[in-house]
Amino acid sequence: MLAATETIANNAGGPPKGVPAASLRNASVRFGTFTAIDRLELELEAGSFYTILGPSGCGKSTLLRLVSDLIPAATGEVSIFGKTTEEARLAREFAFVFQDATLLPWRSALKNVELPLEIGRNRGSDIPAGTRSPRELLELVGLKGREDALPHEMSGGMRQRVAIARALVCQPKLLLMDEPFGALDEMTRDRLNLQLLDIWRETGTTILFVTHSISEAVFLGQKVIMLEANPGRLREVVDIDLPDERKTKLRDTSQFTQYCGYLRDLLETC
Amino acid sequence: MTVVENTSAPDLEAELRMAARRHKIMSGALPLGCAAGLIAIWQIGVKAFGVPTYIAPAPSDVAVTFLDKFPLLMQNLWPTLFESVAGFAVGNIAAILIAIAFVHSRHVERAFFPIAVFVNTIPILAIAPILVLIFGPGLTAKVVIAALICFFPTLVNMVRGLQAVSPQALELAKILSASKSEVFWKMRLPSSLPFLFSALKISATTSVIGAIVGEWVGADIGLGALIIEATFNFNSPLLYATVFMSSGLSVMMFTLVTLAERWTVRW
Repeated sequence: MLAATETIANNAGGPPKGVPAASLRNASVRFGTFTAIDRLELELEAGSFYTILGPSGCGKSTLLRLVSDLIPAATGEVSIFGKTTEEARLAREFAFVFQDATLLPWRSALKNVELPLEIGRNRGSDIPAGTRSPRELLELVGLKGREDALPHEMSGGMRQRVAIARALVCQPKLLLMDEPFGALDEMTRDRLNLQLLDIWRETGTTILFVTHSISEAVFLGQKVIMLEANPGRLREVVDIDLPDERKTKLRDTSQFTQYCGYLRDLLETC
Repeated sequence: MTVVENTSAPDLEAELRMAARRHKIMSGALPLGCAAGLIAIWQIGVKAFGVPTYIAPAPSDVAVTFLDKFPLLMQNLWPTLFESVAGFAVGNIAAILIAIAFVHSRHVERAFFPIAVFVNTIPILAIAPILVLIFGPGLTAKVVIAALICFFPTLVNMVRGLQAVSPQALELAKILSASKSEVFWKMRLPSSLPFLFSALKISATTSVIGAIVGEWVGADIGLGALIIEATFNFNSPLLYATVFMSSGLSVMMFTLVTLAERWTVRW
């Protein structure tokens, strides 16, 4: 964990140590009279891997949309590396991976990864030149040789990997992921979990990952953020004290199942 | 089981290839054979019952006329071809531009869409004489009629196509801080292309109909004028040959649009 924090400080050069990747102070989101998120207090340490769990309707996706400046806060404030969400969006501090890969069907894998470099220029957002080219990113997600494939020629897992490469192309310091593997079969999901951990370790980015799978939350996260529903509130942040180098076998250890059991009990009371 | 094992691989492959070829030949032969059969029944029926040529000409009469009058047919084809293509271009370009304006501004859509629907509901046969009165007996009136008939399907489809971008893609655009014009060029326009081509296929054939209807109302040249002339002179073989020519023109335009679609929309 310490190593990961240091990597980001060296890589990005930007955020001084100690500045939280994201900080929410008394943040609420309302849709009309419905309160989706109620006075949330949360601070994300830079370089860490957070997973968000919670019953449906607890505002998991809303939280990501709040952080990514897609919806405004009704009360309180949200800051990303000390900037407002809008400033952070314009500076490409964060990237978003949706549940559906959301690739443009007429663009090849490579062209889809290049999309963030082509747009948003004339809005005052100076796009940071990535240290990795789109080609290298496709190689990083294991899609070397498939640069010219169109989305409909790829499987769901491959499309999602293209979406991850696209998210990484501007070197985000915060990666927001909204159930990115939710629609995939279990084997593909396990493989992509391992790959995502490798990417996280290699890039040193902070990850905020929404899931509805308890085992995925434990396997990926250093910390699991548990939200409760009606209205969406923070229940608990659970530290997952498992080795940073995670292998598939970890899922069979008693420690792992204990965490899963604890979270399952907690989830039932949310 | 033993039989399958005894058949060596190359044999099996050759057999499969033969089957595929047979299938290909059959799928082409079936509609052709059916058409040929119907023509044969027509030919035999007309001859057997002694139907007068001016009521229903035999296919052989039509074929002879088609070859005899080929220069005349071609001479009348060119104006109709020009009117159809020009009307196709004008009508569709206008529809595309107005669709873009609709998607850009709700107010424009609210103001003009009812008018577009109203114009579409006026029978083309009623509006054609009016347009010929306004634009005179020249080509212009026919181009406008053909354009008018192309306009509405393209407008409706293009508006739908430009709105067919998924909500998530629009969220992605917002996260990337994309401008409105970037969203238009990079997302809306490409995603509208399949919708646009569906509409273009319709208007490729209807534009020919529009041009011919325009020629019925007032023209001395063109396939429509030739149809009227042949009908009045009870020259049925020439009438049939002209109809054959005009549907040939429609098929050609349809094929060109289909090829353009295959070349453009590869996803």
